[in-house]
Amino acid sequence: MRIALFITCFNDTLYPGTGRAVVRLLERLGHTVEFPQAQTCCGQMHFNTGYRPEALPLVRGFTEAFAGYDAVVTPSASCAGMVRDNHAVVAEQYGDGELRRAVAGITPRVYELTELLVDVLGVTDVGAFFPHRVTYHPTCHSLRMIRLGDRPLRLLREVRGIDLVELPRADSCCGFGGTFALKNADTSTAMLADKMRGVLDTGAEVLCSADNSCLMHIGGGLSRLRTGVRTLHLAEILAATEGDPR
Amino acid sequence: MSSRPAAPHNVVWLDAPSFPEAARKALADTGLRRNLGRATATIRDKRLAVTGELADWEQLRQAGAALKRRTLRHLDGYLVQLEEAVTRAGGTVHWAADAAEANRIVAGLVRATGSTEVVKVKSMATQEIGLNEALAAEGIDAFETDLAELIVQLGDDRPSHILVPAIHRNRAEIREIFVREMGRRGRPAPEGLSDDPRALAEAARLHLREKFLRARVAVSGANFAVAATGTVGVVESEGNGRMCLTLPQTLITVMGIEKVLPDFADLEVFLQLLPRSSTGERMNPYTSMWTGVTGGDGPQEFHLVLLDNGRTATLRDTVGRQALACIRCSACLNVCPVYERTGGHAYGSVYPGPIGAVLTPQLVGVEHAASLPFASTLCGACYEACPVRIDIPQVLAHLRAEVVEAKRRGSAVPSAEALAMRTAGAVLGSPGRLALAQRAAALGGRLLGRGGTVGALPGPLRRWSGARDTPAPPAESFRSWWKRTREGGPEKEDGHDCP
Ligand code: SF4
Repeated sequence: MRIALFITCFNDTLYPGTGRAVVRLLERLGHTVEFPQAQTCCGQMHFNTGYRPEALPLVRGFTEAFAGYDAVVTPSASCAGMVRDNHAVVAEQYGDGELRRAVAGITPRVYELTELLVDVLGVTDVGAFFPHRVTYHPTCHSLRMIRLGDRPLRLLREVRGIDLVELPRADSCCGFGGTFALKNADTSTAMLADKMRGVLDTGAEVLCSADNSCLMHIGGGLSRLRTGVRTLHLAEILAATEGDPR
Repeated sequence: MSSRPAAPHNVVWLDAPSFPEAARKALADTGLRRNLGRATATIRDKRLAVTGELADWEQLRQAGAALKRRTLRHLDGYLVQLEEAVTRAGGTVHWAADAAEANRIVAGLVRATGSTEVVKVKSMATQEIGLNEALAAEGIDAFETDLAELIVQLGDDRPSHILVPAIHRNRAEIREIFVREMGRRGRPAPEGLSDDPRALAEAARLHLREKFLRARVAVSGANFAVAATGTVGVVESEGNGRMCLTLPQTLITVMGIEKVLPDFADLEVFLQLLPRSSTGERMNPYTSMWTGVTGGDGPQEFHLVLLDNGRTATLRDTVGRQALACIRCSACLNVCPVYERTGGHAYGSVYPGPIGAVLTPQLVGVEHAASLPFASTLCGACYEACPVRIDIPQVLAHLRAEVVEAKRRGSAVPSAEALAMRTAGAVLGSPGRLALAQRAAALGGRLLGRGGTVGALPGPLRRWSGARDTPAPPAESFRSWWKRTREGGPEKEDGHDCP
């Protein structure tokens, strides 16, 4: 099976460690990962902020970069959601028949990391070791857009040494929302405060999730307040082993 | 029928600031935060309990959505059918293109009865058109009889929730309003009134009883009207609505044209969906239905005013029209993390919360409510809760594009945001340019960052960095790491993250 990694522009630039963790994890499980160099961005920011025509070349670029792979895996639930739900919308509104066909062909093969692991590769025990107290925040797009369900938790529960604790009001939004955090900064901060209260109540040392964007927001608040809680993408926990701890 | 109203009128409050500004004030109101936090949490739990217990809840939602969509597609036919059925049953149907016309019709009908006051059943449609104010200008007093609506009216306040308009008030405030205001508009509050909910309800009951017994004209909205039979219905919890619907001689109902349903049997679906989603009850306490006029029983004169006020314009938008399927249950408000913290007034419209953010801009035109489609994180909680499966996040994203387009049309000079988006588009449009930008960011990060994070950021990004640290861009992007270590075959070398 030819697996291509869609790193996302955000992880590529700010969280390369997450990408390296995905590669390490999948190779440890015996798979080969390719990184199509032509890839850039799924267009989520443009689409969600109302700049749809600007998203069109990005949608086209995505279909070109990832044509021909059996599976495209991404460590971002919201970018997976953008590709699966909204690329067709952009193609329908602004694209031509060729683009619409290309989008329809590629979207069913785009998987968020935990979907690839659990549904396609059929593993929940990935052989990870992570001896820390961890809580998991299900991001809104992972929960309600692509419906990851309990896949992340099933993977986390198998991690050796982990002390996994439940996050209170886990399903409520952290207040990031992309450009929402800038356009409605005060409301975003109020939501962040409540999310941080939940995290601190768990006594966790590490907050993890399936999206670095929300983690940048929550982690940014936790860091500013010197709470002593760090954030880590789920992939980095799953990639950690006794020989290679994080 | 016409399209959008000439002036946005009451759908948006003309003195209201944009959402972010209004929200900032609301967020600082600790009492409001507490009242709302508690109230929405209670109703959320109740709703989850009663929707979770039905094995076929999802099928019911699907049925509700399908019925509404089909009805909206053939709205013209059903409305004519409704008019014929109501007329056959002894009622009179009036068509109002906008708020001003609806208000004129209602005022004329009240004047014709010789009465100078009306009792009102809680209704969003009459709030939307500003009927009370219009009647007051004609020398007609309109008395709200729904408890929460009464609190809003006595307090000279605005509704902040579509089901519980006074949700922003706690009982101490309500007591204060009753003591201060009831005497000025009728029977005063009892001596020594406490803030016990029972005592407050009793005070309202005594105050309203006098109005019910005197009233000769009632004005209501409608939750539905059945095209086949001409039956109109109101769903409420207190019984005050039923007083209005049965005691007066004349009944005037103002109803948005989207409320029509084809058949009586369709109520089976909506009378399950509505109470469970709105008040968290299995069955609605008072469901009043009437078909035209019945000799010797109830109002002897019935008028139905069918209101457009921007609805046909909304119907033209194939994505946005689903907002017209709304049954005003308020579930989306109660689950919305933004509404829960800002309250309803921040939306500057009679329709607050997620449904308001998609309905208001469509009723009045996006240029009159441009900040509303952005008043959401697109978290999707509303879509999940909506009993008629309105994909609110999809409509929000759609309307955001309309706002951006309207701004583009309105100005030759692109905004700072438009320029930033264009630049981002250019950088992200090519892997080479992205790699260059990443190298620049890494350099910037080394200059700015201390201990792996960046504190203050420049320009509009200050709104972000005021409350959050930002990771310093790492020395090496993922793509350069891949190039360095993998080009020409995988190596096991693993670079290091942020320092
Ligand atoms: S949009 Fe849906 S959830 Fe919101 S009030 Fe209308 S019917 Fe209820």
